[in-house]
Amino acid sequence: MYQYDTIDQTLVEQRVAQFRDQTRRYLAGELSEDDFRSLRLRNGLYIQRFAPMLRISIPYGLLASRQLRMLARIAREYDKGYGHFTTRQNLQFNWPKLETVPDILELLATVQMHAIQTSGNCIRNVTSDHFAGIAPDEIEDPRPWCEYIRQWATLHPEFSYLPRKFKIAVTGSPQDRAASRVHDIGLHLVRNEQGEVGFEVIVGGGLGRAPMIGHVIREFLPKEELLAYLEAILRVYNLEGRRDNIHKARIKILVKAVGPQKFREMVEAEYEAARDTAPRFDAAEFERIKSFFAPPPYEKLEDEDVTAGRPNEFRTWYQRNTRRHKVSGYRAVVVSLKSPTRPPGDITHAEMDAVADLADRYSFGLIRSTHDQNLVLADVKQRDLYEVWEALRALDLATPNIGTLTDMICCPGLDFCALANATSIPIAKQINERFDDLDYLYDLGHIELKMSGCMNGCGHHSIGHIGILGVDKGGEEWYQITLGGSGSGRDASLGQVIGPSVPHAQVAEVIERILNVYVAEREDGEEFIDTVRRIGIAPFKARVYAPSHQAA
Amino acid sequence: MRRLIKQREIVVDAWRYIDEDPVGRERALILPFARWKEERERWWLWDGKLGVKLGPTDPVAELQHDFLRVSLVAIEFGGLAEGRGYSQAQLLRTRYKFTGELRAVGKIQRDQLFYMARCGFDAFELPEGADLEAALKAFNDFTVAYQGAVDQGLALRRRAS
Repeated sequence: MYQYDTIDQTLVEQRVAQFRDQTRRYLAGELSEDDFRSLRLRNGLYIQRFAPMLRISIPYGLLASRQLRMLARIAREYDKGYGHFTTRQNLQFNWPKLETVPDILELLATVQMHAIQTSGNCIRNVTSDHFAGIAPDEIEDPRPWCEYIRQWATLHPEFSYLPRKFKIAVTGSPQDRAASRVHDIGLHLVRNEQGEVGFEVIVGGGLGRAPMIGHVIREFLPKEELLAYLEAILRVYNLEGRRDNIHKARIKILVKAVGPQKFREMVEAEYEAARDTAPRFDAAEFERIKSFFAPPPYEKLEDEDVTAGRPNEFRTWYQRNTRRHKVSGYRAVVVSLKSPTRPPGDITHAEMDAVADLADRYSFGLIRSTHDQNLVLADVKQRDLYEVWEALRALDLATPNIGTLTDMICCPGLDFCALANATSIPIAKQINERFDDLDYLYDLGHIELKMSGCMNGCGHHSIGHIGILGVDKGGEEWYQITLGGSGSGRDASLGQVIGPSVPHAQVAEVIERILNVYVAEREDGEEFIDTVRRIGIAPFKARVYAPSHQAA
Repeated sequence: MRRLIKQREIVVDAWRYIDEDPVGRERALILPFARWKEERERWWLWDGKLGVKLGPTDPVAELQHDFLRVSLVAIEFGGLAEGRGYSQAQLLRTRYKFTGELRAVGKIQRDQLFYMARCGFDAFELPEGADLEAALKAFNDFTVAYQGAVDQGLALRRRAS
């Protein structure tokens, strides 16, 4: 993975010093609440319901074991012993004290980490495919490009006070595992007819209020033009995006208002006009970055059947929680943070330490966080899988539910978040309790359930095959259900609301009715999302809102 | 006498906004963009220095042929949330090659100065009462930068001067 040199290290250390001074000025009454708010947010610090929340940046989800151990230490010493992985592949602490945040940042800087731009109206953590570099279908490893973008975006002088937050995702594989079509900018590495690799540029997607799928504004951008083109998009947005209404300030609103075609023309015109002054591709610098992502020293191994003679439980886990690797003899392991008893994405300090140890022992010391709130050990020898499974199982990190209904995305919700309208963690618990039969989950197959406690949509509910959105109705928690959303691949789509929201206690029951319709209607081998697309939401709606005596 | 930061030093402002009362015998006036646009020809032969103040929505491109006459551009910021001025400054310096004084004015605070300087601002008129001595330190918040910018050309990863 990328290693800091003195420039990178100096920058994060100076950022810590700057933030320490800003915190001091705030506590001394020299900075107003409002001004400090804007400053702390661009360093990932929120004031939540019970305590501040600090969001740590994990660039494109890549972590070294020593970094994960530092996160464990911070959880232990400055928090209540755990952290929460987010849909931007970052980690959040929910209980740090405001005065201690500069100290936390100083510790993070010692392991080349920071909280820069994990919030605020600036360019956020660049996210990517959690199987980058190992996916058999990959056109090119997106991570060097992510790092190239990360550096460009970090403390960018012109684009640090944008109308609103700005999210970029990069994927190198046709099967888009980074939900790039619902980002402010999605970048797909693609190959053109001449065999050259470049970027397809998608702009104006987004979740939250008014979710939208992005539009392709450049079918093929030569790689060397990446930063110049990004600057053109950002400049048009910075100058033309709305600043009068926070709910209309994302780039998606601008793209929609002027129309994708006109927006494309504006960007292309700016790109042309800036031809002589835009950042030029620095091939030597890019090669320097790229060298950090060279494949690790894999052993020459053959693929082998490692499940023969092993317990069924292990086979099941192998099927559900491991993935193909482009190098023979290896597989990627998904560490499930979705056991029935934990809030989705949560991990304790002891578990972090243990996963770091496993990474050192079995996966070149690296860990990845996924946008669906799990971890990945990407380079495990097939022959080691049994040992890894035993270790993970002992840690309650081997629930074989990856890709199933209970591998759900869930925001912290009203239990922690100041923005939330309703809880989400108790709904996750309710769903886990109702759907505790793994065979039933396997029979249902691939289902993406995503849940947010408010319409800001941190839980990506709009692109859930099943989406759950918490709403407040006169002080009570109700939940709106959507069906048919999808964030992956070329067919990204937004879920449709099936009808009036349902009360807290009924959510799992409603999910079950929806699943019953699927089981009754599906054709051979048809996945849930395909059935929804084929038959539409009407049959689901009819069943969900039928009087209960008819619904059974 | 108004004081401001110019070229990283605290100086007395030699300029007056046209709607302000004269303090001394300033022969340097700053006009709002709308007024400049309307009275451009009238002011062209005026015997003094001229500056133009831009609001966040004023199109900088319209000034590009005026720099023989206009030797100061002031860009107004309405608060921390207002970020258009950074792009306006960038365009003035890089695309339109403006070399005069580029001044940030309005609700600006020291935490922005590092960014502003990198976009080409060289003068900073902080709100009345702001601690200019303390603000001067903000230029040294960072001694390194990842991006090229107005202050150091196009290359990536540079140590700031």
